[in-house]
Amino acid sequence: MKQNSVAVVGAAETTKMGKIPDVSVIGLHADAALNAMKDAGLNPSDIDGVACAGISPVELAHYLGITPTYADGTSVGGCSFMLHVRHAAAAINEGLCKTVLITHGESGRSRVGAAGWGRAPSSLMGQFEMPFGVTSPPTMFTIPVLRYMKTYGVTEEDLATVAVVQREWAAKNPRSSFKDPISVDDVLNSPMIAWPFRMLMCCLVTDGGGALILTSADRAKDFPSKPVYVLGTGESVETPMVSQMEDFTSSKAFRVSGKKAFDEAGIKHSDVDHLMIYDAFAHLPLYGLEDLGFVKPGEAKDFVRERNTAIGGKLPMNTNGGGLSYMHSGMYGMYALQESVRQMRGIAPAQVEGAKISVCHGVGGMFAASGTVIFSNEK
Amino acid sequence: MARILPEPTPETQHFWDGARNGELLLQRNKATGEAYFPPRPFCPKTGSRDVEVFKASGRATLYSYVINHRPRPDMGTEPHSIAVVQLEEGPRMMTNIVGCPQTPEALVLDMPLEVVFEKVSDTISLPLFQPAKG
Repeated sequence: MKQNSVAVVGAAETTKMGKIPDVSVIGLHADAALNAMKDAGLNPSDIDGVACAGISPVELAHYLGITPTYADGTSVGGCSFMLHVRHAAAAINEGLCKTVLITHGESGRSRVGAAGWGRAPSSLMGQFEMPFGVTSPPTMFTIPVLRYMKTYGVTEEDLATVAVVQREWAAKNPRSSFKDPISVDDVLNSPMIAWPFRMLMCCLVTDGGGALILTSADRAKDFPSKPVYVLGTGESVETPMVSQMEDFTSSKAFRVSGKKAFDEAGIKHSDVDHLMIYDAFAHLPLYGLEDLGFVKPGEAKDFVRERNTAIGGKLPMNTNGGGLSYMHSGMYGMYALQESVRQMRGIAPAQVEGAKISVCHGVGGMFAASGTVIFSNEK
Repeated sequence: MARILPEPTPETQHFWDGARNGELLLQRNKATGEAYFPPRPFCPKTGSRDVEVFKASGRATLYSYVINHRPRPDMGTEPHSIAVVQLEEGPRMMTNIVGCPQTPEALVLDMPLEVVFEKVSDTISLPLFQPAKG
């Protein structure tokens, strides 16, 4: 995409967050969408492009009364929204539409109006992974990690440290699910889920949603909020089966998506003021820091332990508290994007003073897919 | 609760037929000799359809794993391994490690393993791995 040609002009999360037993999945999409439209000063009739994952863009458009000339139903897991931003930027630049609404809503905890999940027993996952007892992400996303730990000498304490630092950020955010401080010992004494993963190394399960509205940069200055420009984007996919990842110590999708975004943005790693790395589990920020090139392979554990990503560190990361402490409805990418936008607008609860460039990196499935969006608040 | 079983497709039927007969069958590119998994009627490296099925040695090493402390209802009540093994022929596959305690102490990365087949229905036997006896 062309640098800074498209901007976020509306952004909001659902009115409530956490446990929302009185709103269905499509209701969460709509609540977030209406909040984002209010933020941008727009009505449904002003929207001519829609994108969402989890439900169909047809359901979304009809429910909200939108008649779009652009619809994107890309659904590759929790980073789908990063891909939606990327595709929306291309669509706006190509003239397919002018104003795109991207929504997420998920009743991850309460399961109101939520589809079940499971895989066809004839799919490759159904044949070659499901028979061995994999359940939900805690027994799949975690499979490569012992190999990563052995290769680079990463310890259980290192994994625990990721969760501890993110809880520190969460404490500054009034909307975080968990705010109380935790220690490495607390993490290592929390219930065993799937060795080597303890409960506090795994994300929350909550209800919520979020929405973004994008339009061309030349229109963006006419909106009420400070425009947040899309500087660069990347995406890739690798495999639906975590057992077939090419390299258990590094995600190919992360590397491809990250490099593409940095190349498009034309920035160096030292230009980055703020970073979001989708943290469904404690190992993901470690893989992300390495695969995006912020540190060399194997160095992320030291980088986090030395508090570079913590409050006051040189690379503030997951400043909303992340999926480990803020919220995680199932497809967390939307909340990472919301925090990047807040940081670029200068209104985040844990604001990074003077931040000008934010990198937002997502994962989909179990290292199956990846999307990266680099934002800037300067044109 | 009945164990969740795979449902073979035309492209994978040979693998499950082999497993029922106690053979671990892989495929390879006839030109390059490179083995691959899971089954498909072409080489994922080159796209060539000139491939063949062959019987693998059944030897592997333990590549990575978790010990699931919250087993799926059809998997019993005790913590069990969900592992990925590195087959001698090159590909990796998901499996369970059996025939040893399901503990970090007994399950050491890179330990040698050999395939065993567990009959779970009239048509399906699952390829599992145990510590190598040799």
